[in-house]
This record gives sequence, C-alpha cells and structure tokens, in this order.
Amino acid sequence: MAEQVIKVERLTKRFGDFTAVDEISFEVNKGEIFGFLGANGAGKTTAMRMLCGLSIPTSGAASVVGFDVYEQTEDIKKNIGYMSQRFSLYEDLTVIENIKFYAGIYGLTKKQIKQKSEELIDRLGLHSETKKLVGALPLGWKQKLAFSVALVHEPKIIFLDEPTGGVDPVTRRQFWEMIYEVSAKGVTVFVTTHYMDEAEYCNRVSIMVDGRIEALDAPRKLKEKFNVSSMDDVFYLLARGAKKAAI
Amino acid sequence: MSIVEVNNITKTYNKGTVLATDSISFSVSEGELFGLIGPDGAGKTSIFRILTTLLLADSGTATVNGWDVVNDYSTIRNNIGYMPGKFSLYQDLSVEENLEFFATIFGTTIAENYHLIKDIYVQLEPFKDRRAGKLSGGMKQKLALCCALIHKPVVLFLDEPTTGVDPVSRKEFWNMLKRLKEQGITIIVSTPYMDEANLCDRIALMQNGKIMSIETPENIIKNYKKELWAVASPNMHSLLTDLREFELTESCYAFGDSLHLSFKEKNEDNRSKTLAFLGSRNHSSLEMNRINPGIEDCFISLMQQ
Repeated sequence: MAEQVIKVERLTKRFGDFTAVDEISFEVNKGEIFGFLGANGAGKTTAMRMLCGLSIPTSGAASVVGFDVYEQTEDIKKNIGYMSQRFSLYEDLTVIENIKFYAGIYGLTKKQIKQKSEELIDRLGLHSETKKLVGALPLGWKQKLAFSVALVHEPKIIFLDEPTGGVDPVTRRQFWEMIYEVSAKGVTVFVTTHYMDEAEYCNRVSIMVDGRIEALDAPRKLKEKFNVSSMDDVFYLLARGAKKAAI
Repeated sequence: MSIVEVNNITKTYNKGTVLATDSISFSVSEGELFGLIGPDGAGKTSIFRILTTLLLADSGTATVNGWDVVNDYSTIRNNIGYMPGKFSLYQDLSVEENLEFFATIFGTTIAENYHLIKDIYVQLEPFKDRRAGKLSGGMKQKLALCCALIHKPVVLFLDEPTTGVDPVSRKEFWNMLKRLKEQGITIIVSTPYMDEANLCDRIALMQNGKIMSIETPENIIKNYKKELWAVASPNMHSLLTDLREFELTESCYAFGDSLHLSFKEKNEDNRSKTLAFLGSRNHSSLEMNRINPGIEDCFISLMQQ
C-alpha cells in the first residue's frame, strides 16, 4: 500500500454557529497530485489552513507528514512548502535575495543555501536575472521562481493555492510540467485551481460543497460516475446545488 | 455606430522602461459585448484606466460616446460604469448603503433604474443590511456590478470581473452580462479565462501590450489553419515528452484529459506515422482524433508566431 502523507478523519472547523468544514475525511499518497476543488466559500481555504498548521480544528483528526494538526503545527510548517498566487515572493528583493531569504527562514545552513541557490538558478536558467528585482520579472517567471523557492527546503508536500491564476496559457502548462517533475521525485502536490482542465491533470481530485467533500476520485472515474465528458460538467453538477456559497 | 474608439494608444510606466500598451487600436459598436482576453501583464487594465479617464496615455487618442478621454473626462466619468479588478466599494457600508451612495453621487435613485439591476439585486436583497466587507466573493462581485449600473451608464467597463471566481459563479456572472446586453448596454469586459471568450460578440486577444487578433470568436477559430489532433494514452506525461521529440510535431500541449497536437506539414499519413512512433515508444491504448480548435489553441498558436 502506498505511503500516506496526509490523513484526515472527520476534520471539522466551526466559526461560531457556522460550520466551514464539516467532517471531511480523506488520505493523500506520497507523490500524488491531489486536486482540491470547490466553489468560492465551500471551505477549501479553511481546510487547507488546518492542514498547513495555521488554524486549529474544532474536532476530528488529521496528520500531515506524520505530524498532528493540533499539537505539532510548528513541525508541519517546517516540513511543507506553500505557494499561492497572492503571497509568494518579495517584489522589492532580487531573485537571489528571495532565494536566500526563504532558505534562511527554513533554517538551511550557509553551505546548503549556496548550493541550493546555484542549483535552482541553473534549473530555471535565471543566470542573467539573479540581481534583478523580482517585481521586474514577467509573471510567468515569478510563478516558476515562487514554486522553486517553496521547495527549497525539500518538503515532502507542497500546497499550491491557485498557482496559475492570470498566467498565460503556455506558462500555465509549463507550470504543470514542473508539478509533474516534482511529483515524479516523490513530492506530494496538494493543489487548488479554478481551471477545470487542470483538474484533469491531477491523479485524484476532491470536490467540496458546503463544507463537505461530495466527490473524491480519479478524474476519469468521476466523469464515468456522473456520466459527463469533462471535469467542468462534474464540478457544475455538484457545486450548483451549494447552499452556503451565497452567504 | 462605434461607441468606443481607440487609436494608437501607447502607455509606458517607470519612465518609459515598461511598455504596457503598444500602439493599440480598436473600436466597439453600440450594444456590443466586447472582450479583452489575455494574461496578466497583457495591458488590459491600462486600457480600461485610459478609457475611464483615470490614466493618461503617452500617445494616441480615444473617445467614449464621442467624448475625448482627455478633454471631456468629466462627462465620461458621469456617464460610464466601471468595475475595477480590485473590490472598490465601501467595506463598512451595508449593501443597501453602498448602492444608495452610488445612485446619489450620480444624481439618480435606486428606483429610477431598478429594472437594470433587478435580476442581480434580488439575490443580494436578503443581505441588504450586511456590510459589504462581510460578503462572500460572489456577492461582492454582484454588488459591485449593481453599483456600476445604477446610473444607467452608456458603456459598462468590467475589468476581470471573474478572476479567482469558481466555474459555477463565473457561468452565472456571464448569464447576467448576457441579460444586460439584451437591454442594450455596451459592455467591455476583460478576462484571463479563454473559455469566456466564446461568450463575447468580438474579442481582442492580447499579449505583452499588443493585440494579436481582433475578431468574432468564430472567425478567430476559422483563422486557425492547421490540423489539430487530440491524443490520449494512460501515461499522459510521457506521451507529452515523447510527442515533443517526434520529428513531425509542430506543437503539443496538455488540454485537460488529452494532448493537442499540430504538425509541421499537412499529410495524409500524419496519424499513422504518429501512432507508429508512439507504439515504438511503448505507448498502448492510444486514442487520436481530429478536433476543432478552441480559443485557447488559437491564443497559443498566435503567441508563437
């Protein structure tokens, strides 16, 4: 059986009398690309914050890379990578400063930082840009750099929150090629997206509706189950009935 | 009759070092739903801000309903609706207070133009006493649209109204736009989502400050001259790598559950040669079918010209 790096059992988060996440259960395997979908307001962000050790659950159980989401949040933070469309890099630091800053934050030694920076710049072909401010880079490059920086401490899992929003169609696809590469190396990828074609690139996807996981399977199986031709249709069938989204 | 005219608009930032729009020209007819389609950095927002008189172009001219964007800026401001990409209503006013505020500022009342916003506002009404800052993303967007419409603008400018919005809410939003169009309102809308392009009367495909093509969505697709194939196998990632190495391949990209493949030259035996090549790379259960391109295929193809 595959090694499970995320285990979630009846995980729940309430804010007052509002249940944002309602007894969700699932597991994610090592090296898996796991798509975490749902309408705005379905509870994705709240669930993701709990898995990243940023929010303590109301009830239920979960562990991320073997660490408990109630007791070991600091260990979780050190052992995962995180990247979102909104918060990624410091625009007024240079490429190399950003790499060194994040590597330092995650406690890499000077020697490791030097080695990692060189490796990363080589891989991205950013040699002539190392001293440029990140703010001056095209968005596509920023996203690729942010992704690599989020992996600088070699986490076992990377959480990607809408990583490709607003990116051109070619760069968006190059980004997914990077996702495949790290997944092939055994890194687990936990990703949210509003592009339903990207849902098809995941090994498995879950779809949240009103705080609950309404469907979880490989895209091909979900399409068979709902007897439709695309993930867009699956999503539409499930999310259309949402009640809380309006609030 | 054209209601918006843009002639050779160029805009740079940072003392000329960043070229945001590069001599852009287009016109929009009265009653048209016109889309600016492109990724971040294409120049969409700069065009919106120039047309809404919030930004001065370096060179070129533009008019809205015959008014010049420089000389007649105050007339334009009184007669257009603008929904910026970033939520810009008063977070600490309630839903109803925001709407009343915008109606009053524009010298009208909610009652006078209620027919324009009715369909949208009924969904907000149960929350009319809630502060705007406490609304969900979808509701904020609906309120912003109501506020931009309440004075019956001659042109409605919507800058990325659906960015970051889930697919179901996006469909709802476009249905609202369709109904507004039926009421005769001219709408200029921008989006990074290529699938939304089909819902516009005409679109401008933009990249790096330039318009690559400007046409009806049907004609943009007609202008795609190559043969396009969808290829799928159980191992999509190695399929992509292999097809990129194949000598007949011009381009190959992932599109959902299949790869879209185009060839350097049209040949009868392209399909059989491809299947033979993939067989030699140990792919089995292959599917390969001719397909019609979508707007995203056209966009990628134009980007690479």
